Amino acid sequence: MARFFVERFLGMLVTLFVVSIMVFIIMELPPGDYADRFAFRKFSGLGITVTEADIQAIRVELGLDRPAVERYFSWIGNIVLRGDFGMAYAFETPVTRVIGDKGWLTLGLLVVTLLITYVVAIPVGIYAAVRRGSAPDYALTVVSYLGLALPNFMLALVLLYFANRWFGASIGGLFSPGMQQAPWSPAKLWDLITHMWLPALVLAWSALAYQIQTVRATMLDELGKLSVVAARARGVPEGKLLVKYPARLAVNPVVSTIGFDVNRIFSELPIVAAVLGLTELGELLLRAYLDLDMNVAGAILLILTTIIVVMNFVSDLLLAWLDPRIKLGG
Amino acid sequence: MAAIEPPRRSQTDSERRARERYYSASQWTLIWWRFRRHRMAMAGAAVLLTMALLGLFAEFFAPYGPTQRNATYLNGPPQMPMFCDHNGCTLRPFVHGTRTERDPVTLRSRTVPDPEIRNHLQFFVEAPRTRLMGFIPVERRLFGLEGAQLHLWGTDSLGRDIFSRTLYATRTSLSIGVLGVLISFFLALSIGGAAGYFGGAADYAIQRLTEIIRVIPVIPLYMGLAAAMPREWSTTQVYFAMTLILGAVGWPTLARRIRSQLLSIRSEDYVTAARLSGARSSRIIAQHMLPSFTSFIIVDLVISFPYMILAETALSFVGLGLRPPAVSWGVMLQDAQSIRAIEQAPWLFIPAGFVVVAVLAFTVIGDGLRDAADPYAGAR
Repeated sequence: MARFFVERFLGMLVTLFVVSIMVFIIMELPPGDYADRFAFRKFSGLGITVTEADIQAIRVELGLDRPAVERYFSWIGNIVLRGDFGMAYAFETPVTRVIGDKGWLTLGLLVVTLLITYVVAIPVGIYAAVRRGSAPDYALTVVSYLGLALPNFMLALVLLYFANRWFGASIGGLFSPGMQQAPWSPAKLWDLITHMWLPALVLAWSALAYQIQTVRATMLDELGKLSVVAARARGVPEGKLLVKYPARLAVNPVVSTIGFDVNRIFSELPIVAAVLGLTELGELLLRAYLDLDMNVAGAILLILTTIIVVMNFVSDLLLAWLDPRIKLGG
Repeated sequence: MAAIEPPRRSQTDSERRARERYYSASQWTLIWWRFRRHRMAMAGAAVLLTMALLGLFAEFFAPYGPTQRNATYLNGPPQMPMFCDHNGCTLRPFVHGTRTERDPVTLRSRTVPDPEIRNHLQFFVEAPRTRLMGFIPVERRLFGLEGAQLHLWGTDSLGRDIFSRTLYATRTSLSIGVLGVLISFFLALSIGGAAGYFGGAADYAIQRLTEIIRVIPVIPLYMGLAAAMPREWSTTQVYFAMTLILGAVGWPTLARRIRSQLLSIRSEDYVTAARLSGARSSRIIAQHMLPSFTSFIIVDLVISFPYMILAETALSFVGLGLRPPAVSWGVMLQDAQSIRAIEQAPWLFIPAGFVVVAVLAFTVIGDGLRDAADPYAGAR
């Protein structure tokens, strides 16, 4: 087990290293650099003529004239050693200040979304497999097709429309209007919980559709196994039999794809957040991209990807614990 | 679904002929026979073909141009052709005309439907000359009104016809998907092919690299690349840049599938047999591996289509993809972004229906093709 753990952990570090290089490349892609935008923000409208030499001076002062490799290492070094993601241009504050508690909000939203996904997908998938060919089973198949075809952000729009139409209520946001700026308190936490379930449901939508199908397919495979037939022949009650043999194994593919689900959820996050007005990392990421605030965008992309990589690692460990064959196989 | 199987051994003439037909049919004929039996997939194919034709010949099917404005009908609701109203019935479908009046409260002039005016639907109406697909001149549209304008699906806040715009958008969105898939296919075939062909260290490196690229959430990655497009680029430049971005992000999944397909086919018995009987590698690849490989590749391409379309829609929706005056489903849905807009003009949401239908169609076709791709599986 120790060797398995170390191997996976090293793999995780290598992945994170390569990912950070790719994130850095994305940050470097847009034309122009921090110095251009800094000069523009600082001096525009003041009647001061900014020459190319002035911009170059800013560039030297901020160390932007160094080669890309050097800048990459100072960027990643600051992140790893000091948790410093650099400066956000749009706000002229450190990126960490801009992000603030949004990271925790995102993580909370992720956990609730995953919980909804698994609490619904596993029993429903098992039910669909056991009642194969019944009306609910067909209905679920249709729903899972829709899970791919109706993107989460459109579902969000549709829900907004009907909520407005039927209840006359706005359902967006993570907080009630007055609570957004308030300091953290039990009341604010409760406000968050009552607002979070809907965005979480929207975000869970496609992962849910996918996982129901996975659980159903694995269950169908397992239900035909001899172990099930033998247990039935021994007279094991049907409910106990389901939990003991096929259901136990049907959970494995779900556990092994936790990382994928997190990936899927984060992929949808920026757009759903924009539609539902969720003030967390996804929405900030979208704004950063639109403003070309690449330090903020890079930081968020790196944070989201790190969460995914860590979840992959956790899912590997969980799977090894659930299904010892994996570990032995290497 | 039952597989197409060789007819059973029997004596009658017609059955023998059916058997002969089965055994002499080519691989593609067999695939077509199997695909044809997949009713959902056939329906999906029909829907998609209709969409493609509507988009391709948008100049003829759409009554108006994508940016043509009707200043007297802003945010106008859909006009559904009808046969009957309170004045009785006709055989020709018609829509009610509109008149301008002053709002009694705000005193602003506004357009209201006038049930006393009937505008009869005309087919093949004359219209300003445009060019189909840019080169075939046409002077008629499929339908329209004479002396008035018909807005089947209403208009947006600038008075542009939603129906016409949706057709032009269909062309953009589908074609961007096709190009994106082709580019990612080209990359995937070169990279996945190299991995499968060289094996060893190259294979290992490529495998790890594709794994790592897939760790970054897709849409944020797309958005990062799209954000880098200079704002001053023209519509055409942005269009082609988008296809490149879609292709560049889409390849890892395809490359992995191509690699694993290559490896599994390489270990098939008939490939081993060919090698043992002394066939050269080039002959094995061209004669034995490629034919069985092609159908799987087509399946993979069809399956990866919806992701391209959804990515384009999502990017354009948030303003990072195509930008007006280009028209795509995502660009059109930008207008439906705020809850106030959908509340006042729910018809702005119609393009979303096209996205959903197109993705569903591609998905069921993919399913049908996957079942049909190996026509010998059932007969073995």
